Amino acid sequence: MKKTILAIAAATAVAAMAPAMAEAKTKACFIYVGPVGDFGWSYQHDQGRLALEKALGDAVETAFLESVPEGADSERALERFARSGCNIIFTTSFGYMDATNKIAAKFPDVKFEHATGYKREHANVATYDSRFYEGRYVIGQIAGKVSKTGVAGYIASFPIPEVVQGINSFLLGAQSVNPDFKLKVVWVNTWFDPGKEADAAKALIDQGVDIITQHTDSTAAMQVAAERGIHAFGQASDMIAFGPQTQLTAIVDDWGPYYIERVKAVIDGTWEQKATWAGMKEGHVVMAPYTNMPDDVKMMAEGTQAKITSGEFHPFTGPIMKQDGTEWLKDGEVADDGTLSGLNFYVKGVDDTLPQ
Amino acid sequence: MGILEAVLLTIATAATPLLIAAMGELVTERSGVLNLGVEGMMIMGAVTGFAVASSTGSAWLGMAAAIIAGMAFSLLFGFLTLTLVTNQVATGLALTLLGLGFSGMLGEGFVGRPGVKLGNIDIPVLSDLPVVGKLVFGQDPIFYISILLTAGVAWFLFYSRAGLTLRSVGDSHRSAHALGIKVIRIRYLAVMFGGACSGLAGAHLSLVYVPQWVEGMTAGRGWIALALVVFASWRPWRVLAGAYLFGAVSIGQLHAQALGFGIPSQLLSSLPYLATIVVLVLISRNRRLTVMNTPASLGQPFVPDR
Repeated sequence: MKKTILAIAAATAVAAMAPAMAEAKTKACFIYVGPVGDFGWSYQHDQGRLALEKALGDAVETAFLESVPEGADSERALERFARSGCNIIFTTSFGYMDATNKIAAKFPDVKFEHATGYKREHANVATYDSRFYEGRYVIGQIAGKVSKTGVAGYIASFPIPEVVQGINSFLLGAQSVNPDFKLKVVWVNTWFDPGKEADAAKALIDQGVDIITQHTDSTAAMQVAAERGIHAFGQASDMIAFGPQTQLTAIVDDWGPYYIERVKAVIDGTWEQKATWAGMKEGHVVMAPYTNMPDDVKMMAEGTQAKITSGEFHPFTGPIMKQDGTEWLKDGEVADDGTLSGLNFYVKGVDDTLPQ
Repeated sequence: MGILEAVLLTIATAATPLLIAAMGELVTERSGVLNLGVEGMMIMGAVTGFAVASSTGSAWLGMAAAIIAGMAFSLLFGFLTLTLVTNQVATGLALTLLGLGFSGMLGEGFVGRPGVKLGNIDIPVLSDLPVVGKLVFGQDPIFYISILLTAGVAWFLFYSRAGLTLRSVGDSHRSAHALGIKVIRIRYLAVMFGGACSGLAGAHLSLVYVPQWVEGMTAGRGWIALALVVFASWRPWRVLAGAYLFGAVSIGQLHAQALGFGIPSQLLSSLPYLATIVVLVLISRNRRLTVMNTPASLGQPFVPDR
């Protein structure tokens, strides 16, 4: 199955790279884990690529490969790109981490940028990620205000730190306005299966949640929420079209500014290895318009967003207890990035056992 | 609507596409042809159904178009494997690949467009009955089709002359041919029936289950349908049992998670597969019956000598 997807990807690649021979332009290449039409994660990365083309115009040309499986298969895709004259290659999924570093060793003149990973074994590898948990805190606060049952449902994908950050941050936000707020978590063990995501949303709603949020990539849950007349939050991209009366807001990944900045650096010869973890302040995490909520809730959300953007407030500020009741952060203490990027426990109040 | 009723409805929705696709494949395989392209035909149905429904505003037209698309796509498979006698396994896999890629291309303009939902049939009074009301009298049309389809296939295969002919082709194409039965023609029809069912299953996904189009939205359901046929040892009612069991455990494990029982979610996620295989293997443990039900010429190419 995976190989077969690669075959399709390879076919697309040939087509995408055909006009790649013109010289003197800087060539930026992208590798996506899903189809660009997923309307979620890969879609947003491709929007970033398009923003890059628009901003730099003739100075840059781009190419992409979609549905490239993670792991060893991605090495071939990477090597092909590196040989075809790409100056900078963005690998946009966690599972490309080792392949990126391996190929980077072979092509020291090509710059590699790996999303959501932490390995930078060679001088030509940089990493970048977004602080999605900042948005999660804001939507948690909204949920705390808007929910009548005081219980929200969370459709989760895989128990990796990024997802755990989101769950914790959401609940902390909700509890900041409603200390008794409860959260039901359902793991679907996939990033993308519209049917299963819809099933999970139905199960959660049947059990009495009246707000749905998700860390999976399709718009299915939003549609189910709309059908059942409850509220939901969009994920990765603005999903308002699927729930005009349903979506409260959405956490939108905006990769454009980063892609523009980094490709410019390549053109100017100022590119350097670094690890970027940017959030609302840098414009990487953007909130879709606040809709379907009372004005006071909207004002609160905007206020929190402004505080996080200015750096005045960090969602993981103590006192915070772990799920088992032990202390994690003392009053006023802020979680450091090291702990956050390896987060593997829940905070107090999550009604679920974290799969390990 | 009580929680039990809600859960039953969700299970029926989850089981229906599996049941329809598997029923089509069952007929195809009973004629001796192994079509591994179910996933590809299904997604072609999903994208065509969505595109037509969204362009015309009629979910019924979308459904019809999906059936035609699935059938057309299966004809391609039929032409390759039956007329040109290519390898069925390889051709079927290629069909899945082609379907996944081609549907993405066709559906590009439809990503992110809200869909049209095929409305529920609602029989007044009866659908207000407690627990079973909505389940039996207030569901989407494709649900009723799936049940009728199962009964129809079961009757056709075991109580009609045409069904007997089809099974004889699947069991021994040489003998059938010697008796003057048009083996290739019957196999073409069976393959097309399978394609039509897969297309309809795809339409259920993009018009009922999640009324939207996204690339790869079948997410492996075609493969589950294929497995169901084998584990149900090519018996229609067992396929129905298997599909509903799979649906029930899939939905049940989501509820178990939401209730917070503390069972590892990875284990729960694998439970539908495990449970379905175990149960179907148990009910098919009579080896003599299983051998009897397995189409003996399954996957073997046939070239008529005259």
